[in-house]
Amino acid sequence: MKYALLAYSDPDSARERRPGEMHPGIAAVLERPNVSGWMRLQPAESATTVSLAARKTLLTDGPFVDSKEFLGGLIVVEADNLDGALALAAELQELDLTVAIEVRPVLEQVHRGA
Amino acid sequence: MLEDVFRDHWGRVLATLVGFLGDIELAEDAAQEAFALAAERWPRDGQPANPTGWLITTARNRAIDRIRRERTLLAKTEQLERERRDLSQEPMDATAAFPDERLELIFTCCHPALALEAQVGLTLRTLGGLSTEEVARAFIVPFETMSKRLARAKHKIRDANIPFAVPPEHVLPERLDAVLAVVYLIFNEGWGGGRVDLAAEAIRLARSLVELMPDEAEAAGLLALMLLNDSRRAARFRGGELVLLDEQDRSLWDEAQIAEARQTLERSLALRGAGPYLVQAAIADLHTQERRDWDQIAVLYRRLEALTGSPIVTVNRAVALAEIEGPAAALALLDDLPLDSYLYFHSTRADFLRRLGRDEEARAAYARARQLAETEPERRFLESRLNDLTPPAAGC
Repeated sequence: MKYALLAYSDPDSARERRPGEMHPGIAAVLERPNVSGWMRLQPAESATTVSLAARKTLLTDGPFVDSKEFLGGLIVVEADNLDGALALAAELQELDLTVAIEVRPVLEQVHRGA
Repeated sequence: MLEDVFRDHWGRVLATLVGFLGDIELAEDAAQEAFALAAERWPRDGQPANPTGWLITTARNRAIDRIRRERTLLAKTEQLERERRDLSQEPMDATAAFPDERLELIFTCCHPALALEAQVGLTLRTLGGLSTEEVARAFIVPFETMSKRLARAKHKIRDANIPFAVPPEHVLPERLDAVLAVVYLIFNEGWGGGRVDLAAEAIRLARSLVELMPDEAEAAGLLALMLLNDSRRAARFRGGELVLLDEQDRSLWDEAQIAEARQTLERSLALRGAGPYLVQAAIADLHTQERRDWDQIAVLYRRLEALTGSPIVTVNRAVALAEIEGPAAALALLDDLPLDSYLYFHSTRADFLRRLGRDEEARAAYARARQLAETEPERRFLESRLNDLTPPAAGC
């Protein structure tokens, strides 16, 4: 069964990292065979939200959920059950303590090779 | 009568069905059908030789019928196909031994990914066999609220695939702690009301845990603790008034339950237990002795303090210290504890102050305690303590 790990970062403590620059421990975890895919996102300031207002498309600068912590990345993992996914999340969280990880079961997923 | 029989079988039957069907709701519906059928047939035809087996087999057959029906209707998924294959290989024998999977079920229900209130409700519903309505009444929430809460938890268990398993060795201690915490919470909820006998429910659950995990010292420790506290239940009130331990009529204590508690305590000690429940049980046991060994009690409270780091334990240790070294030393121990919203902190302080003859301060502390009291007997008790103090000097 697949789970999505949504990693939320705290902008104050999360160091700016450039592409390719990743915590070596986290990079190693992401190499594992049970990790189906992952992506890192640009900071929340770069977000544009598309919504509907008065039946017209409305564009807003910034993320949809306005909170201090921002969605910084997404990892899809394969696990036997929730405990398996939670264990992986805990491992990642311990490597980078500034991150909180929301674990959600995946309903459906398509993955077109990168 | 039949209801009692059902209560004894419910958790066992449901657990096996959940293990088999992989879904709590489906298992509950099937179990309910089987119990309804039993209520109709057993009084007429007599109870089967193996009631648990009969109930499981009947429920299982009902569930299979239903899955088949739905499968043809909705062209159900592979999973059910697999289940059907599994079924055809197994003989449908009511006398066959079914695995006891209550432990798997309790670890599922008390999974930390569920909200604590859902864990508590679900445990009472699935293992305790209380109806949703009884669970709602026990926690004084509307039926609809409890029903939604339980449904949501069951859906999360299904959708997120919370495992139906006893956790592996490396996480077992913390997960067992979570289970014991739920059981103890149910017990303590039982002290307040008397709506549904939650204390008795918690004791039943703990007995099952001790039976299922005979090597876990803390499970035995918790059972001993609850048995001891509960054994004094009949003596805690006299004509609706709270009666302190020293003034309780010991003939009202449940001797059989105290004996069971002591046996359980021995067992926990033999397992080299040293956890917080066992220590609390040992303290409770010392409190039931005719002459209380305050030195020993103080030592155990100190150990409990080290284990839990809880300031509430410090208040209890102060009570023991007051007996050994007097109220002045005990009062000093209470200084600066962050417990302003804790009733017993204030009532204990008030008692020390009263014994030191500092009546004005005692009055203020009792008054604060009374503000925090949640039940009428507590309020009246504090009221009577206030009245026993010398009245404030005229003009004050």
